[in-house]
Amino acid sequence: MKTAAFALRNTKELVRDRLNLVFGIGFPIVLLLLLSLIQSNVPVELFAIGQLAPGIAVFGLSFISLFSGFLIAKDRTSSFMLRLLTSPLTARGFLAGYTLPLLPLAVAQMCVCFGAALLLGLSFNANILLAILVLLPAALLYIGIGLLCGTLFTDKQVGGVCGALLTNLSAWLSGTWFDTKLVGGMFQRIADLLPFSHAVNAGRYALAGEFSRILPDLGWVIGYAVVVFGIAVAVFHHRMRSGNV
Amino acid sequence: MNAIETTDLTKVYKTKTAVDHLNLSVAQGELFSLLGVNGAGKTTAIKMLSGLVKPTSGDAVLLGKSILAHPQEVKKLINVSPQETAVAQNLTVRENLELICGIYGSARKEAKRKAQEMLCSFGMEEIARDKAKTLSGGWQRRLSIAMALISNPKILFLDEPTLGLDVLARRDLWSTIREVKGSITIILTTHYLEEAEALSDRIGILAQGRLKALGTPQELMRQAETDRFEDAFVALCGEPTKRGDKR
Repeated sequence: MKTAAFALRNTKELVRDRLNLVFGIGFPIVLLLLLSLIQSNVPVELFAIGQLAPGIAVFGLSFISLFSGFLIAKDRTSSFMLRLLTSPLTARGFLAGYTLPLLPLAVAQMCVCFGAALLLGLSFNANILLAILVLLPAALLYIGIGLLCGTLFTDKQVGGVCGALLTNLSAWLSGTWFDTKLVGGMFQRIADLLPFSHAVNAGRYALAGEFSRILPDLGWVIGYAVVVFGIAVAVFHHRMRSGNV
Repeated sequence: MNAIETTDLTKVYKTKTAVDHLNLSVAQGELFSLLGVNGAGKTTAIKMLSGLVKPTSGDAVLLGKSILAHPQEVKKLINVSPQETAVAQNLTVRENLELICGIYGSARKEAKRKAQEMLCSFGMEEIARDKAKTLSGGWQRRLSIAMALISNPKILFLDEPTLGLDVLARRDLWSTIREVKGSITIILTTHYLEEAEALSDRIGILAQGRLKALGTPQELMRQAETDRFEDAFVALCGEPTKRGDKR
């Protein structure tokens, strides 16, 4: 009951922020439209919709980190967190309350992204649902990054880390706009070590029905999600215990 | 049973002792004010009593529950109206009240009923549908106190509740505090000495983390041999004002 009440508050805070909705849902769609328009005007296959849609879906998730980070950082930097911390809400309730509203938001964002891709020529089949399912660990990873940043940084710093750094990392190192092999060298090695390109690849394989190729990439994403979420929970617990949230 | 009993309650931050062996008893239903200049230890004392910060040593027992042994039980007995306005900005006035009910374990129906009662008793029916961020400072502070009261706390901590409010809004909040006075135990911190004098049953003066004086406003003035409370505070405080080191 306590967690549900807190989660409901967080849902309302998120969806009532129009900037959240415009950026979180609108911006990835604009990118999808723009890149599809470019594709329709060039003779080579640069941005095939089947390759592009999972990439944009993963890129869009970086905004989920921004939302969650902002929400927690704003609560922390105002006295509202103080009020919550003196209530009977437990650390587990806090984390669940912050996380639960973001999952449906992430799923909705992916649905809108794939819906837009359908209008742009993506063929409708059950693999779209599988791709959304396969991208859920990536959604958890991005939520975890947001929790961690929101616990550690101020809202302005969250804007810098999640709004600028993470969105750029997600954009350039995910292989959405170009194959990282084209750059090669250190760039590709870093991209391979980070989870973003693996998340995009897993989504692409799911959408293409290449089921046997999903797991190796998905494993990377799940691993990262577990580690990042674990660190976020540990840091939040530590800060809550020390009265330094 | 007293509402609050502290025994050598101490908090040390690195090299600074914020609260130094605080021994205090507050009776049930009493309005007790903690006064002191910035950095005297008022907010740290409240943070320890409300379970936000663990004491370095010592203990406090709130209505029979130790803050060290039973922190979750203590949290069910108290509520806090923090120094700055603490409301959920994108929620309406009604939703803010219902949120606190939910967090304190009320079922949805009960939360709605309690919120309606609180809206009536705080004269906030007309602004019930307004988002908190659209309210004036005075109304936000009033909502903040209503949110602290809606869980029916046995002990209420009011940390500088009228800070930054104009005279009318402050007087308005005073009457609200007077209305609940006696029915619950209130611990008030404030920099406005006339506020403490007007509202308090007893006052404790903290300086450098130590309790320097304790008594009713009249007793403190007698102790300092003056008929002005401000002069009594300065005399009993006994330390130069230090700015900017508040915790």
